Amino acid sequence: MGLITTDTTGNQLVEVEEGTVIMAPNIIITSMDKLINWSRRSSLWPMTFGLACCAIEMMATYASHNDLDRMGIIPRGSPRQSDFMFVAGTVTKKMAQIVRRVYDQMPEPRYVISVGSCASSGGIFNTYSTVQGCDSILPVDVYIPGCPPRPEAFIDGIIKLQEKIKHEHFRWSRWR
Amino acid sequence: MEPLEIVEKIKEIFPAELLDTKEFRGQVSITLGKSRILEICGYLRDKPDLHFDYLVDLCGMDYLGKKEVRFEVVYNLYSMKHRHRIRLKAEVSGDGPAIDSVTPVWRGADWHEREVYDMFGIVFNGHPDLRRVLMPENWEGHPLRKDYPLKGPEKEWQGFIEVLDKAERFREFEWHD
Repeated sequence: MGLITTDTTGNQLVEVEEGTVIMAPNIIITSMDKLINWSRRSSLWPMTFGLACCAIEMMATYASHNDLDRMGIIPRGSPRQSDFMFVAGTVTKKMAQIVRRVYDQMPEPRYVISVGSCASSGGIFNTYSTVQGCDSILPVDVYIPGCPPRPEAFIDGIIKLQEKIKHEHFRWSRWR
Repeated sequence: MEPLEIVEKIKEIFPAELLDTKEFRGQVSITLGKSRILEICGYLRDKPDLHFDYLVDLCGMDYLGKKEVRFEVVYNLYSMKHRHRIRLKAEVSGDGPAIDSVTPVWRGADWHEREVYDMFGIVFNGHPDLRRVLMPENWEGHPLRKDYPLKGPEKEWQGFIEVLDKAERFREFEWHD
């Protein structure tokens, strides 16, 4: 018990009980869920996409003062390389088609953060041209309130999304 | 040149067209008939002592129930050389609203006129490319008209119905824990 031996290929082995030999330390045992969810939430790449004034706050959040790079967040220029998108601003009916198309081009797993009161509910624009909440056209994971939200609210929303990814179960599997 | 002197000049050349003059805090607006608007604008640009080379803005107005003539097209002009301004308002009647385009005089009027066409349905005769500029091509109605309902026509726009339909069809592929 506890005796470290070396096998013929150079791997260190330890005998934990009579007849049971496992590999020596520096090995971490975990579940696939934990490992994959950890790696996913640690490098969330957002789609670079802005619709109105919320996009200005989004840019401020990306910039060096708030520095989203420290959270592994690097804005991508293509939906094919993105993990989630901010719907940052007023979604008009004419723009809804494009928003939906950008979302459809993103690979699974994909997430949506609805930013600000316009994207979340239409805001003050209860009019002919505005979509009353982007959740009518997209599956939204996190809503960030504010008009527009401050960078701190953006970071809070991202942390909420990370919490959500952390508690996902079996999403890496091909079985649904 | 003082704005009221400019009005006098226009009055000399086009006496029948000038309907009304208003001055408010040094800003002069003149109301014109629509029939010779292109000539008047050409005159204002080409006369050396007027030289209105800059069309600051062109917009529409809907005076439904407030004035006899329903629409107005408003031209804000500025002369870079002489640094004077004037505002022209051309009256356009409500049934089959149409007016001559001023794109031959100021090329920059192109998109402004398209916007007025989009929002008020005023047709600009002689415009090189009169299409909607903000609303989708197959949108029904002209949103800035006063009789246009705030939340739009009862029948939803076809393009948005398609997006909603797509979102509904793709819902089965969404992830649910």
